[in-house]
Amino acid sequence: MSVTDSTKPVGIEVSLAIAEAVKLAEAEVIAAYPITPQTHIVEHLSDLVADGELNAEYVPVESEHSAMSACMGSSAAGARTFTATSSQGLMLMSEIVFIAPLLRLPIVMAVANRAISGPINIWNDHSDIMAVRDCGWIQMFVENGQEATDMTIISFRIAEDKNVMMPFILNLDGFTLSHFIEPITFPPQNLVKKYLPAYETSHKMDLNKPISIGLLGAPDVYTEARKATDDALVASKPHIVKALDEFEKMFGRKYNLVEKYRTEDAETIIVTMGSISETAMTAIDEMREAGEKVGLVRIRLWRPFPVEEFREAIRGCKNLAVVDRHIIMGFPEGPVATEIRALMYHEENRPKITNFVLGLGGRDVPRDHFKYIADRAKAEGRQGHYEIVGVFE
Amino acid sequence: MTKKNITMEASMKVGDIPLGFTAQPGTTRNFKTGDWRSARPVLDRDKCIYCGFCYIYCPDGVYQDMGAEEKYYKADLDYCKGCGVCAHECPKKCIQMVVEEV
Amino acid sequence: MKSAEVQFEKITAKTFPKGPDTLASGHRACQGCGEVLALRLLLKALGRDFMAVSATGCMEVCTGPFPQSAWEIPWLHVAFENAGAVASGVDAGNTILRRKGKLPDKRIPVVAIAGDGGTADIGLQSLSGALERYHENFIYVCLDNEAYMNTGIQRSSATPFGASTTTSPAGKMSKGQNTWKKNMPAIAAAHNIPYVATATPAHHLDLMNKIRRAAAIPGPAYIHVYAPCPTGWKMKAELSVESAKLAVKSRVFPLYEIIDGQYIINQKVDNPIPVADYLKAQGRFRHLAEEDIAMIQQRVNRDYEHLLKMAETFQGPLF
Repeated sequence: MSVTDSTKPVGIEVSLAIAEAVKLAEAEVIAAYPITPQTHIVEHLSDLVADGELNAEYVPVESEHSAMSACMGSSAAGARTFTATSSQGLMLMSEIVFIAPLLRLPIVMAVANRAISGPINIWNDHSDIMAVRDCGWIQMFVENGQEATDMTIISFRIAEDKNVMMPFILNLDGFTLSHFIEPITFPPQNLVKKYLPAYETSHKMDLNKPISIGLLGAPDVYTEARKATDDALVASKPHIVKALDEFEKMFGRKYNLVEKYRTEDAETIIVTMGSISETAMTAIDEMREAGEKVGLVRIRLWRPFPVEEFREAIRGCKNLAVVDRHIIMGFPEGPVATEIRALMYHEENRPKITNFVLGLGGRDVPRDHFKYIADRAKAEGRQGHYEIVGVFE
Repeated sequence: MTKKNITMEASMKVGDIPLGFTAQPGTTRNFKTGDWRSARPVLDRDKCIYCGFCYIYCPDGVYQDMGAEEKYYKADLDYCKGCGVCAHECPKKCIQMVVEEV
Repeated sequence: MKSAEVQFEKITAKTFPKGPDTLASGHRACQGCGEVLALRLLLKALGRDFMAVSATGCMEVCTGPFPQSAWEIPWLHVAFENAGAVASGVDAGNTILRRKGKLPDKRIPVVAIAGDGGTADIGLQSLSGALERYHENFIYVCLDNEAYMNTGIQRSSATPFGASTTTSPAGKMSKGQNTWKKNMPAIAAAHNIPYVATATPAHHLDLMNKIRRAAAIPGPAYIHVYAPCPTGWKMKAELSVESAKLAVKSRVFPLYEIIDGQYIINQKVDNPIPVADYLKAQGRFRHLAEEDIAMIQQRVNRDYEHLLKMAETFQGPLF
């Protein structure tokens, strides 16, 4: 009996749960190269294939560059394809990552977010994914193990949707989420089969209907090709919403593009992505108890950016404390804050935006950091330049 | 600059880009490379022994087998780039490269 | 069954497939391109029941300018250095779809095609990984025109000694390329794969039958094809097939196979022409002095002796 047969929550490491979800999704090709902290995902997938629990080809490639390249090949062959990586691995494969959206190959990739070198560091932040922010993939950040498990299944459904056909990056924080043991309820296999039917496509290498994929785009069509890719990414949003709604109908767990926590009447809203949101919520509970009007907005869908949903989520607040887990070298604000400031620029009643950088390279983010940034945002704040919480200068 | 000032012509509009930026098989045939040529192969059929080396060695695949009755290979000048490999490899030297008149 | 005994339908002068090409005319290869000729013959040999993956390079650019394609079989190009990995992914995809009954139960050869730069330099790691992983239907074809021609004739590790390129130019202080050509077939053979071969488009039946043998043998295969480039070699376009013949006759590019580790020389060259006769038609060697050519001759002799010894020493399959 497999853990996924259990109808009750099972205590399992989140990386293993993601691998089990890939099994439930019946992925057909997995091509991956080991890198900390992604290793437990691919080790467990290897086990599942070796034990015959997952009928798939596991391609143990010699680098992440080849991992993504092999994924391009298997997806173009028409096979449901999964990979996982992290940090330097994502950097190494990034050349190929940027090609997948144009070719409309619905690869699903879990990224166990980890700091990039230098210095070399294996711990968590978001600098890896931010380095490939503009790659054109659908990008989501998950917060906890249940969400990571569910979203693994959902991601295949979204990526392979005939109206979408885009690759999908599932971001989960390395170690602080990937290596935690959490109680997880696995969606039953028979329902997953209904939610996520076998991948069928005519967009593939087919001996009977040969097409050529990966052509040269000269100046006369390059612009149009790039715009078509952006259009496809933006147009995926309603189909993402639909997939999340249907997941809720079948499995009872609801996921929004942007999550709100105690934002009603909040004067100050903290904006986060990923697993630190759990700590942030605890901090907000404590601040609320002390009478502070503080709330949290968590961005789940990072690309395509849920512009309307985000505007709606923060409507009415006076101060935004935007958390970044990455520094844009040579620019005064991190990527999340930069984008939010740009989005809010034309709003008439825009909040004051303050940017905080924290949790770089695995630096601990305790609850009092959130209290500190809420206070700073509410007070004057340093508008225009990020502030690193807890840096020794 | 206003849009009015931009006079470029689109090869293809954004909405017409096929999913995956793909192409259909064999469609380079829509592109005639014959105008690259400065000399054309002219076959002396009397000397031709129908060996097929012109057909085999043509990098551009312009030769067509005219069959056992006609017993020769015909160059499609729509595509022939005039490289002269056929003339050079012909064992009977029955293909002459004749300079194209401009 | 040993790989040497694997049966396949041999192409002869009489059975040469004379139907329409599966690589369409209208591609943008230069006049007299020996590389596209090799590609055309390769496609002719395999018919329509295979899939191709190209590395970035001359052949990819010439055959796939959107919205057109010269390919009449399923074709995929992703990037420069990863043809080996992409093709192994295609094979993995085909394998699982076959196992699940989504594809007919028939082997589909997947042919990765790259130039010498995409093979011996930037793509070597990806190729090595693919050969080592032993993908059953994987064929890798290196179309070696001995420099980065697509970007403007820069030297690669497959550029022969003495050749002047745009990054190994001959000059007062330089004789052109100052290193000896990397031995890619030996590197491929070191992966203990069942089939390695060399070929040229001038020896068309030999080339086509080697491709067919590679497709018939289960397990990865590597074929190194000498691909004359009139543009990059500063040579008359009409001489591209001729130059391949001279390369073989002079022992510069011997034709051989390595089947299950056993070296088999296909065309023994007992009375070779002088290397100078091979070099003289190509402008890239024009600057070489007599003593330079003598040195190249010596090296060619040595390499050929080595090849003969390999063929004599290892009789019968090694694995």
